[in-house]
Amino acid sequence: MHKRVVFNSRVLPYLLLAPQILVTLVFFFWPAGQAIYQSAYIPDPFGLSSQFVGFGNFEFLLSDPYYLASFKTTVIFSTLVTLVSMGAALWLAVMADRVIKGSSAYKMLLVWPYAVAPAVAGVLWLFMFNPNVGLVAWYLKVLGYNWNHVLDGEEAMGLVVVASAWRQISYNFLFFLAGLQAIPKSVIEAAAIDGASFARRFWTIVFPLLSPTTFFLLVVNVVYAFFETFGVIHTITGGGPQQATTILVYKVFSDGFVGQDLGSSAAQSVILLFVVGLLTVVQFRYIERKVHY
Amino acid sequence: MSGMVEKRGLGLWLTHVGLIVGIAIICFPIYMAFVASTVTQPEIARPPMPLIPGPHLIENYTAALTRGVNSPVLLMLFNSSVMALGITIGKIVISIISAYAIVYFRFPFRMAFFWMIFLTLMLPVEVRIVPTYEVVAGFGMLNSYTGLILPLVASATATFLFRQFFLTVPDELIEAARVDGAGPVRFFLDILLPMSRTNIAALFVILFIYGWNQYLWPLLITTKPEMNTIVMGIKQMFPSGDDIADWPVIMATTLLAMLPPVAVVIFMQGLFVKGLVESEK
Repeated sequence: MHKRVVFNSRVLPYLLLAPQILVTLVFFFWPAGQAIYQSAYIPDPFGLSSQFVGFGNFEFLLSDPYYLASFKTTVIFSTLVTLVSMGAALWLAVMADRVIKGSSAYKMLLVWPYAVAPAVAGVLWLFMFNPNVGLVAWYLKVLGYNWNHVLDGEEAMGLVVVASAWRQISYNFLFFLAGLQAIPKSVIEAAAIDGASFARRFWTIVFPLLSPTTFFLLVVNVVYAFFETFGVIHTITGGGPQQATTILVYKVFSDGFVGQDLGSSAAQSVILLFVVGLLTVVQFRYIERKVHY
Repeated sequence: MSGMVEKRGLGLWLTHVGLIVGIAIICFPIYMAFVASTVTQPEIARPPMPLIPGPHLIENYTAALTRGVNSPVLLMLFNSSVMALGITIGKIVISIISAYAIVYFRFPFRMAFFWMIFLTLMLPVEVRIVPTYEVVAGFGMLNSYTGLILPLVASATATFLFRQFFLTVPDELIEAARVDGAGPVRFFLDILLPMSRTNIAALFVILFIYGWNQYLWPLLITTKPEMNTIVMGIKQMFPSGDDIADWPVIMATTLLAMLPPVAVVIFMQGLFVKGLVESEK
């Protein structure tokens, strides 16, 4: 944890830390403090003065059906993104783990979508499902299904989930493949000699041994779905139709910038700060446990 | 000894087929974007669009790069490069010197500073959107490279990574350096920095992708089209009314937007995987 031998200098360490600490104070702590401060006030419509309301903004939010709906949307969205991306990645990783030849080529072909920005992923999927020109939308129409995510909330949710999950599959794939390759082959071979089928070996041996990886990825994917999918939603649906895809982060943006409701947006920021704090604690407690393995 | 549980014959073939189908599904959106960037707009406006590339590749990419919709894509690529490199280099420099201070010196409030940097993990831009915007606007940094880069250069992850690495460096090195009369600056530049090469390279790959792919931040603080970055500029290329979007140019821009980070991942895969795994420790 600490070095035995160190340099002695009164000023140098502060100079070395100064840039990072300054940026942290000015662009992280000050705005976060402002959010907490603003969450207790309601500015008047002209922005000239503001009135102290204590927890009023929070009380209003927690009884606001739109905010509660956004909470529900976020839970559904992040559950689906996590399930789809982790499910697909595990499936691909199990297959890639079983082939010897070409495994690195497959890895190469599956890894790159991680480098695609969420907003770019959004445009790619929007193009295929665009109700007017999209290829997939057109073929669905031929099959008798009238796809229109601009009007249908559930279709909009489906599309933002798929676009968000698509990009995250590579990340999950990499970690699942590493996890699978770390499982000693002798354990699996012993089960195979005992006559256990592939499915049985997977569910009774491989999957439990993979659980540290799975749990770690669960947290990472939830954090991703909560905080990094803004670009997907902004490009594909803009939170609509009728707020069907307005997740919490998107609502902070639309209430604060588009709606100019600063008190409410600040209160939402504070609630999100608690969510991030909680997720970070979960992440670190888990990592502590991983060290003791 | 191996080979017992690996598939052979039909099973192996089915596994390969499964992987190829999975990869085909994952690559399909890119393929369609590529096809769209090689045909004309009327061909897309009358669905179904063609499934094989057309002859208009050079025409569409030239149109995108030199003209674009609101501003030339060449300019957006330049803005993105400045932002991504600024964020990447800024984060690495700031973090490596902070980690050096925390590991190699003893001074009052050392751990307080450490925890302050740690806490930024809990404060992503996404949760403090409006107040951060107000701070940047207050400094007059809207529509500037400084505004795009500076608020994003603090990095808890990079600081931890360097700290972890410095802690594994043997103490004999610093003892030897002190015997030779080298001060802290010499030791850092001549010994520690060269030893950190691989870590810096791995971080560079991860942070470059992070910087290039920024969306919300440039969306907030660049209101002038000539300051748009390519990732956030694509959305601005869609017409607001009922006009039909210029899909070939938009899809050409989309592919140009993903080219640099994807190329980095493909050509530096080893460093990329190392960076990804290390930054999650």
